[in-house]
Amino acid sequence: MGTYIIKRLLLIVPTLLGAAILVFLIMRVIPGDVALLIFGGDQAGHIDPKQLAAMRERLGLNDPLVVQFGTWLWGVVRFDFGTSLWTGRPVTEELLIRLPLSLQLAFFATLVSVIIAIPLGMLAAVRQDTWVDYVVRVFSIGGLAIPGFWVGILCILGLVIFFGWGPPLEFTPPWVDPWANLQMMIWPVLTVGYRYSAVTTRMTRSTVLEVLREDYIRTAWAKGLQERAVVIRHALKNAMLPVITLIGTEFAFLIGGLVVTETVFTLNGIGRFVVDAVATATTRSCRRWCS
Amino acid sequence: MATNVELTHATGTATLAPRLTPFDEVAKFARTKPLGAAGALIILGMIVVAALAQTLAPYDAYEADYGAQFARPSAQHWFGTDEFGRDLMSRIVYGARIALFVGFTASFMGCTIGGLLGVTSAYLGGKVDLLLERLMDILLAFPQLILALAIASILGPAVQNVVIAISVPIIPRAARVVRATALSVKEHVYIEAVGALGAPRWRIVLRHIVPNVVAPYIIMLTAQLGGAILAEAALSYLGLGAAEPTPSWGLMLSGSALSYAEKAPWIPLFPGIAISLGVFGFNLFGDSLRDALDPKLRSKG
Repeated sequence: MGTYIIKRLLLIVPTLLGAAILVFLIMRVIPGDVALLIFGGDQAGHIDPKQLAAMRERLGLNDPLVVQFGTWLWGVVRFDFGTSLWTGRPVTEELLIRLPLSLQLAFFATLVSVIIAIPLGMLAAVRQDTWVDYVVRVFSIGGLAIPGFWVGILCILGLVIFFGWGPPLEFTPPWVDPWANLQMMIWPVLTVGYRYSAVTTRMTRSTVLEVLREDYIRTAWAKGLQERAVVIRHALKNAMLPVITLIGTEFAFLIGGLVVTETVFTLNGIGRFVVDAVATATTRSCRRWCS
Repeated sequence: MATNVELTHATGTATLAPRLTPFDEVAKFARTKPLGAAGALIILGMIVVAALAQTLAPYDAYEADYGAQFARPSAQHWFGTDEFGRDLMSRIVYGARIALFVGFTASFMGCTIGGLLGVTSAYLGGKVDLLLERLMDILLAFPQLILALAIASILGPAVQNVVIAISVPIIPRAARVVRATALSVKEHVYIEAVGALGAPRWRIVLRHIVPNVVAPYIIMLTAQLGGAILAEAALSYLGLGAAEPTPSWGLMLSGSALSYAEKAPWIPLFPGIAISLGVFGFNLFGDSLRDALDPKLRSKG
C-alpha cells in the first residue's frame, strides 16, 4: 500500500509538468505578438523596428523555446507570474486582489448548493418515481440547463426595472461592511449555487437510492424503526461519502465556472480577469489556470 | 451470492422473452420514463424547427430593417425585433441549426476520439495506458470552459472552431468512462477465447470490445450534448464563439443585448428561453437514457 501511494504521488509530477507545458504552449500560440502589443498593437501606426527588436530581446522572445519555458516555469514555481501586459502590474498582485471575491463567491455558492441539494436529493430518492421525484429532477436538471449568464441578465434586469436598483460596483470584503457585501454577492451566489446544486442533488439521489437497497436498510426497517430514522440515520449517513467527495471536486472546478457569472454581474474576480485577459490577448495571465 | 445473481439473471431473461418491436420499446420508454419522453419530444421539436427553418421563419434572419427597430412582441414580430430591426423569432429559429450542429458534432467528436483512446488505453495496458492516462489527467486539470476558452481564443471566432474548442475538453471525460468499462470487458473469458483463436489485436478491439462499451459511450454522448450546446452559448456570449451576424443564441444575449435590455427586455428573454429549453430537453433525455441503460439505477424490482 505504501509503495502504491508513493507511486501515485510521483505520477503527479509528470502530470503537472505536462499541464505546465500545455499552458505554456497555449500562451505561445495565442495570436498576437507580445512585443507588438506592448507598443499598442497593429493600429498604433509607425513603430520603430529597432525598438520592437529590443523589446523582443528584453522579453526573451528570441531565446529558444526550451529556455523560455525554463525561465517561465522557474517564475511560476516562485509564484512570479510575470507582469500583466494590460494593466502593467504583476499578475500575482492582480490575482491577489481578485482572489477574495472569487473565493467568497465560490464558498457561499457551494454552501447554498449543499443546503438545496442534500434535502432535495434525499427526498427524491425516498419517493422515487412519484411526483415529488419528478419535481425535484425537473428542478435540478433545470439548474444545469438554464445558462447562468442568462439568469444573471434577468436578475439584473428585474432589479433595475422593478426596483430601480443596481448592485454596488466596488467589492467590499464582508468583514468591512457585511451589508454592502451581501447586496453585491447575493444574486451571483444564488445563481451559481442553484446551478451547482443540480449536480449534487442528482448525486445525492442516486447514492441514496443505491444505499436504500442494501441489506442493512432492510434490517433497519425490520427492526421497526421509523422512516425518519431509517432514511436519515442509516441511509443518508452511508450515502454521504461520494457526495462529499463530489462537493470537494466541484469546489475546485467552481472557480472555472465563475468566468461567465463574474462577467455578467461585472464582478472583478479571477474569472473575469481571465476573460478580459484573453480578450485583450494578454496571454501571460492565462497560465494561472493550471490547477 | 453467486446463485442469487444467476437466479435474478434467469428470471430477467424469462420476462423479456417476447421480443419487443421498436415501437413497443418506445412506448415502454415513454411509459416508464415520462421525463425522458418529454425530453425526447423537446429534442424532436428542436430538430423539426431546425430542419424547417426556412419555412418557419417569418423573416430573414440576417436582414436589418431600420423601420422596425426595437419592435415589441406583436402579431408581426412574435418575439419582437432587436436593435437592427431583425426579427428575433426568425433568428431563434435559425439559431436552432447552429445549436444542434455544434452540440452534435462537438459531442460526437469528443466522445468518439475519447472513447477510442479509452478502449485502446484499456486494451493495450502497460506503458501506453500510463501515458494516455497522464495525458487525459493533464487535460482534466483544466476546467472545461476555461480550456474551451483558451482553444477558442487561439483558433479565433468561427462556428467550426467552436466545435473543436468544445470537443477537446470532452475527450478526457469520455476516455475515462469508456476506459473503465473496457477494463472490465477485457477480463471476460470470451476476449481470451478470441485471442486464443488467433484474432489480431485490432480485430479484438473493434469487433469484441467496442460493441460492449457502446452503452457508456451513448450515455456519455447524450450527457455531453446539452453541455456542448450550453458551452457554445457561453463562448458566443463571451465573444469567442460564432461571430456577428450569425444567429447564435448565445451571441444574441451578449454585448448590445444587455445594454438595450432595459428598453427592450425581450431581446435577452427569448434566446435565453430557447437555450434553456433545448439543453433541458437533452439533459432530461440523457438522464432517462442512463437510467434505462444502467442496471444499477433501475427502480426497485
